[in-house]
Amino acid sequence: MTGELGQLALCFALALSLVMAVAGLIGTRTEANTARRVATSSALGFLVFIVLAFAALTYAFVTSDFSVALVAGHSHTLKPLVYKISGVWGNHEGSMLLWVLVLALYAGMVAFLQRGGERLTSGALGVQGLLAAAFILFILFTSNPFLRLDPAPFEGAGLTPLLQDPGLAMHPPMLYAGYVGLSASFSYAAAALLVGEAGWARAARPFMLIAWIALTCGIALGSWWAYYELDWGGFWGWDPVENASLMPWLIATALLHSALATEKSGAFRTWTLLLAIAGFSMSLIGTFLVRSGVLSSVHAFASDPARGFFIMVLIALAIGGALALFAWRAPSLQGGAAFEPASRETALLLNNVFLVAACACVFAGTLYPLILDALNGTKITVGPPYYVITFAPIFFALMLLVPFGPQLGWKRGDLKAAWRSLYPALGLAAIAAIVVLAIVAPRTIAATGAFAVAAWLIGASIIDVRKRKGARASAFAAALAHAGLGITLMGVAGTTAWRSEAITVAAPGQSFTVGPYTLRFDGVSRVKGPNYIADRAHIAVMNDGKPGAVLQPEHRLYPAEGQDMSDTAIRTTGLRDLYLALGDERDDGRFALRAYVSPLAPLIWIGGLIMALGGMLSLWGRLRAPAREPVAPAVAQAAE
Amino acid sequence: MNAKKKRRLAFAAALVAVGAMLAVLIRYGLGQNIMYFHSPADVAAGQVGEGVAFRLGGLVEKGSVTHGAGAEVKFRVTDGKGSVPAEFVGVLPALFREEQGVVATGAMDAHGTFIASEVLAKHDEKYMPPEVVAALKKSGRWKEGTE
Repeated sequence: MTGELGQLALCFALALSLVMAVAGLIGTRTEANTARRVATSSALGFLVFIVLAFAALTYAFVTSDFSVALVAGHSHTLKPLVYKISGVWGNHEGSMLLWVLVLALYAGMVAFLQRGGERLTSGALGVQGLLAAAFILFILFTSNPFLRLDPAPFEGAGLTPLLQDPGLAMHPPMLYAGYVGLSASFSYAAAALLVGEAGWARAARPFMLIAWIALTCGIALGSWWAYYELDWGGFWGWDPVENASLMPWLIATALLHSALATEKSGAFRTWTLLLAIAGFSMSLIGTFLVRSGVLSSVHAFASDPARGFFIMVLIALAIGGALALFAWRAPSLQGGAAFEPASRETALLLNNVFLVAACACVFAGTLYPLILDALNGTKITVGPPYYVITFAPIFFALMLLVPFGPQLGWKRGDLKAAWRSLYPALGLAAIAAIVVLAIVAPRTIAATGAFAVAAWLIGASIIDVRKRKGARASAFAAALAHAGLGITLMGVAGTTAWRSEAITVAAPGQSFTVGPYTLRFDGVSRVKGPNYIADRAHIAVMNDGKPGAVLQPEHRLYPAEGQDMSDTAIRTTGLRDLYLALGDERDDGRFALRAYVSPLAPLIWIGGLIMALGGMLSLWGRLRAPAREPVAPAVAQAAE
Repeated sequence: MNAKKKRRLAFAAALVAVGAMLAVLIRYGLGQNIMYFHSPADVAAGQVGEGVAFRLGGLVEKGSVTHGAGAEVKFRVTDGKGSVPAEFVGVLPALFREEQGVVATGAMDAHGTFIASEVLAKHDEKYMPPEVVAALKKSGRWKEGTE
């Protein structure tokens, strides 16, 4: 029964999204008050029905209703409840439903908050309605999660053990909140092009911030999961799927900065519109890469050519339509306001140039193999060294420039004064470089440079905070986010430069060393989990010949899924990780073991969290401020 | 020419310059760091030079996995048409099995052995690396419905 109810709710949601699209677009006309009211209420109705559809699917998963084909294919009665729930989006069909649910939540927020005036809101709802209708059609025609199975099997096929993990239960919703969140900026930008309203950047800012925060957290969660779950000790592999989430983040970051300039001083008007379109386009391309099966990865749930084709047409329509609208309307919009070469606008311009260039490098590296394969069937991969050559120097240059932005005034800044106020940060950077060169081995230029830049970023943030003492909390958002970037950089540099690794095959009782640690392998015992059987290794960290803490990496077998999984054990001091993975058993009873010592690894994710906190601080300030400036002096100046 | 037009022209020129620099950087980066995928049949046909890094994919041959005294492991990768001996030092992924799909990164040495620097097994039962599927289809060893 729930399956049919879910299907019905989805059909109602489709109808309401179409009403929302038509009414919303009509509502951009000044006199169309009724259409605007219809758009608002249909947005809320659309949200209600999508929530119902999603709830129906969740209910089917929680109650293990194997008459629903999707549940039979991806769940199991013995699975813990949390993974029954996360199993809803641990597959193609369910994850697309989650995609539309998030879209509905944003549409609901747009309708509820009514930011930026009724015509702008109405236009944004219209565009959201179009997107929603397209994606619901995609679900109904190619990826229906409610299809029945007759007869219903007695037991389900289970969920890939890799996905049975708390970090990964949260990763897709978080990432989708970011991906799809960029649709709100996209819709507002399209509406601004239709209506000619200049205040859209301010109206859409909370949605940009929410999307950016969610993307930041989602990427950090994904990277953390890869680190502790995939037993290779790395945190980022430049895998196409990782790149698919990084590209929207880079554009969203550029958008946040450029929209700030548009809002505060009227600069980069058309550029900001283009970035809003580009940001969501990257999300769509990311969805296509991940969901169409063109990539070989754990994320590619299914490779049905019909789906890939449908998504490709959808993307072409959305991006092409938005760009056509841009080409048609942008020239008639007011141009950007002028600014001096030494000003915050210039700093933000450079920020945008570097971020977009970095994104272009990732884009080229990610899509080149796909294009080559499509053209002549040649199968290649672009390895991490490509990104070290292209992405790293661009991002490095960006980080060198970051501290100047907050020190320069709008329109006309004082570069000399900015330099002077940053002297202490420069000193801190020099000290960091000397310390790294003098006391940490092995010495590498990359690590020295990275720590100097990190100190430069963090020092500049402290200077910024001191300068703004007594201001509103949200004034410290940029300082916090920039410091977070520095902290992440320290983590990345420390782990990359100073990680030690030991691979050993040990019999019980044998000791081995990794980095500063001496470890004793105390054998393996068999344990039973809720839905797996595991070989659990006992490995003691030795202090002066006496055993201290015990780490227990596992090798798990999931009988329902018929799969093996490695479960790593990590002991962290907050500044250094000891990381252990259990390999296969040899015929003579010995076990392969892999150990890493990763200095500063936790800083990677702590820094990401601090960046996200910076975003939250800014969001908090935004939601308390009025959605429209009473009198906009910047706009008046821009008209000159 | 008024100030606004001048500014636009300067922006356009800067945009072209930045774009050109970026294109050169990307072209250079790609030229240095592309890795090709080859099947054991390609290797048997002599398509792969010694010391050139590439990705080798196929099935782990039945009965071919032998362990050394330490963390060394030897196995053969096959697609039915060719079979390449491979050596790897390290811990194999949990899903590494005989007669299952595998993709390894590495290069051929002077004796015709593939020295693997990284071994990836397929992620789960339902999933097979697309390159391996293509290689098996090419050599006629792909059974539909075995996915």
